[in-house]
Amino acid sequence: MIWNSNKECMPREELRDLQGRRLHKVVAYVYHNVPFYRNKMQEMDISPDDINSIDDIVKLPFTTKQDLRDNYPFGLQAAPQSEIVRIHASTGTTGNPTIVGYTRKDIGIWSECMSRCLSAYGVGRDDVFSVAYGYGLFTGGLGAHYGVENLGGTVIPTSTGNTEKHVRLLRDLGVTGIACTPSYALHLAETMEKMGIKASDLKLKMGAFGAEPWTENMRKEIESRLGLKAYNLYGLSEVMGPSVSYECECQDGSHINEDHFYPEIIDPVTCERLPDGTSGELVFTTLTKEGMPVLRYRTRDLTRLLPGECSCGRTFVRMDRIAGRSDDMLIIRGINVFPSQVESVLLSIPECAPRFKLIVDRVNNLDTLTVQVEVRQDYFAQGFDTLSPFTDLEKLVAAKLKSVLSIAAKVQIKTPGTLARSEGKTKFVEDRRVLE
Amino acid sequence: MKQLSVFLENKAGTVVEVLKELKAAGVQLHAISIADTAEYGICRLICDDAQNACQVLRSCGFVSSVTDVFAVRMDDKPGSAADIVEMFTAAGVGLAYLYSAIIGGTPFLVFRTDDSDKAVDIIASNGLSVAEF
Repeated sequence: MIWNSNKECMPREELRDLQGRRLHKVVAYVYHNVPFYRNKMQEMDISPDDINSIDDIVKLPFTTKQDLRDNYPFGLQAAPQSEIVRIHASTGTTGNPTIVGYTRKDIGIWSECMSRCLSAYGVGRDDVFSVAYGYGLFTGGLGAHYGVENLGGTVIPTSTGNTEKHVRLLRDLGVTGIACTPSYALHLAETMEKMGIKASDLKLKMGAFGAEPWTENMRKEIESRLGLKAYNLYGLSEVMGPSVSYECECQDGSHINEDHFYPEIIDPVTCERLPDGTSGELVFTTLTKEGMPVLRYRTRDLTRLLPGECSCGRTFVRMDRIAGRSDDMLIIRGINVFPSQVESVLLSIPECAPRFKLIVDRVNNLDTLTVQVEVRQDYFAQGFDTLSPFTDLEKLVAAKLKSVLSIAAKVQIKTPGTLARSEGKTKFVEDRRVLE
Repeated sequence: MKQLSVFLENKAGTVVEVLKELKAAGVQLHAISIADTAEYGICRLICDDAQNACQVLRSCGFVSSVTDVFAVRMDDKPGSAADIVEMFTAAGVGLAYLYSAIIGGTPFLVFRTDDSDKAVDIIASNGLSVAEF
């Protein structure tokens, strides 16, 4: 179902006009309220009067995660504190976390955008929906929560942790929809198996998965093990939170809520804007945000905007899957390696669980890559009494990785459950290289 | 005879984990043998109700499996193992691995061959007695 066809199916020309008007307004707003943007624009010798259509966006400065950290905590906040009704913070693995304040209007727009996503997944007033993203500073939990309430569904604020209790709630309350990270969805499936609960014992119909990279193979696995249809949900706290983009029933890319978040794709090195269909770094400008608007925020997510119309009727542009992070990229012996490449190799091998860890080290001035892989016990059910099925698997994984990554990796087989599965964003990489 | 095999990472504490789980489940062990490389190991066990023990270990996350092996009764005197192995070698039947077990106070030689049909013939024609469970 389409939640707001006036906006989601708006003719492209009208949408461009709306985006142009909103861009002018938000630029004037930050120019007058955020010294960081005013200084940048004055340095570039531009003023809000230079921004008269959406095409003028290329004149504007970029915003980076580092800018948000440097202006910690409230330097980029545009609204006065009295208007801020909520604060979220993004996970700061290094340095300051990113603080994002929301006004009441921001929360309303966020709920509206989230309702559009959920409607596209088929969630309605009769659905019972479990939100198993972490509640708290992370935007996942509360973001999805408000969307379900706004749409009139029944929300269960499960959050993460206590997975067995969660499984019992899914069964006993007849839960029909769920939102969580894809890795947590697989953790749920494993817990269900341990508890002897089958997908057919549950009423799950749809799931909204995001906040970490996942692949088409992972989607198939989640769908078959949980007995639901799995949809992509994309977002980031610096822009809003979950609901920036969402898949429709066509599942051919994720529609961006373009009346609120304007996307561009740039070359991550030259910062040059790239045409639709070309892969590069995704950049967002918030068109309506009051608390902390961002101009041309560099997400570091690598993807492309898909040209052409979607048969669902929505006119909002679609983005492809996230192919990697421009800052997750590892350079090993001079070769670019993305963790998502390793993941796709592992997902093509049924004996391997989609859980892995990359360890990069430097031995005698040579980079080494070790890939730790968990095996799935059900694939060895037919019987073994020697190590050869395991050493054969090790060789197979190593050969497949070599052909995809173009560099040799040492493979280590781990027993099930030994690699950490985080309940938020999964950490796949340990870089032990100490560079002089 | 049923044998339980467990895949292990070669690191401190993994064997004791397996043994503790089996102890908690009240499993009676008759033999343990471990074959290892630098990275991994296979722990082979003879116990009462190997299928049940296998389920116990699987539910704890271990990769484990039950397969068939031969357990041939030995006399408790010098040369008894040599005599048994010689019967198989002379018939051209190779042994993949071999270890000993004490079942009910009686010594047994436990092994898997590369030709079970021939092995069954050798056992029958030499009047060897085997453990069955």
